Amino acid sequence: MAINTEKNSYTVIFAIIMVIVVGSVLAFLASGLSTKIKENERFEKQQNILYAMGVNENTPDSGVNFIPTTVVEDQFKDQVKEQYVWVNGELKTDDQAYLIDLKKELKVLKEGGEARLPIFMGERDGQEVYVLPMYGKGLWDAIWGFMAVDKDMVVQGVYFDHKGETAGRGAIIKLRFFMDDFTGESLLEGGSYNGIAVSKTNNDPLNNDKEDNEVDAIAGATITGNGVSAMIKETLKAYRPFLETIRNN
Amino acid sequence: MAILSKKDANLILDPLADNNPITIQVLGICSALAITAELKASLVMAVSVIFVMGVGNVVISLLRNVIPSKIRIIAQLIVVATLVIVVDQVLKAFAYELSKTLSVFVGLIITNCIIMGRFEAFALGNGVWRSFLDGIGNALGYGVILVIIGFFRELLGSGTLFGIPVLGDPIAKTGLYSIGYENNGFMIIPPAALIVVGIIIWVQRSRNRALIEEA
Repeated sequence: MAINTEKNSYTVIFAIIMVIVVGSVLAFLASGLSTKIKENERFEKQQNILYAMGVNENTPDSGVNFIPTTVVEDQFKDQVKEQYVWVNGELKTDDQAYLIDLKKELKVLKEGGEARLPIFMGERDGQEVYVLPMYGKGLWDAIWGFMAVDKDMVVQGVYFDHKGETAGRGAIIKLRFFMDDFTGESLLEGGSYNGIAVSKTNNDPLNNDKEDNEVDAIAGATITGNGVSAMIKETLKAYRPFLETIRNN
Repeated sequence: MAILSKKDANLILDPLADNNPITIQVLGICSALAITAELKASLVMAVSVIFVMGVGNVVISLLRNVIPSKIRIIAQLIVVATLVIVVDQVLKAFAYELSKTLSVFVGLIITNCIIMGRFEAFALGNGVWRSFLDGIGNALGYGVILVIIGFFRELLGSGTLFGIPVLGDPIAKTGLYSIGYENNGFMIIPPAALIVVGIIIWVQRSRNRALIEEA
């Protein structure tokens, strides 16, 4: 039996069937894979936090090497001594703190509400470090990361990531040579929390000068670089009350 | 070729050279400009498009007699979008690292005019096997150009291939850089891709004059 595919009723029925079929295939797929995807995302967050803390498999000349996902959960329990949330000027322990969505909390904070800001305490070379999550805007989309600071407000390690920065340009913020430059830089300038700026004019491509609160920018990624500077500033603004409590005077 | 008849083999080979979607038909230029600053990104994009094109052409070819012509473009779009989401979700679950590299390009694959072009021009009027070959062939032709552009842009723009330095260290001035060579920052920005495509088109047409259109 030949079907008349030009009839309006046929078109409508075809469209309905197609939408139902495609919709159910996608829904089935999404629900079937969601546990696995959520697990991957959780592992990634743990890897990122540990990376900033210096727990990674980097060798002197390698790129960014996280610890394997098979051991990340145990390592995270082991290395992160305590997970806190900073609420209303008070530090509370919360062992699910790493699952907090910082983007939402920063929004709450902006609106003057009661934000829950996660903090992770660990150790590096025998001294306590605090890992703070960061969230900001790049050129095309979100950028985020983690920053480990010690009690002198000196950065002990960072990790940056991005959703959609340009490959070969803004996307470089997640490469090791860029992130490594932040280590050793101070968040304090004079007495104030100025953060670390990604600078096109610091004339210090090897980043030998750790006193200038600046790291060398990436060619062709001005806006992403500015986004990183702004993100660090925003994080400091949000976490300043907490940092004051741990800072060595 | 024993497995494919000559006619079928041409479906794969033609788009690689004399009927290349980028250099001859000038389709898919947008993604060729946007993502070729690095060789790795070019390769990932090429592989994803090969998958989506191959499967997409088969699906459209299977449905070619039941798709109402009035809404065929929408039906084609749904097929591409579905395939891309399936790829994205499966990668997220089983190859998380790769999926993060790919995430940027998902939208670009859906809008790739080569895909819609082949659905419309070929799969709607041809059998499943031939459509599959046509899809693979065109995606390969697209991928080859992408990889060539990515190779030159990454090499000349950053001095690396797949992120590995091949010309020495530009900051410590070793290798080529010790004799005064500099990376060309222009190569990293999209206009450079247009120039590389232009050069490829020039080389190709000067080798095969039959490809030059009448003015």
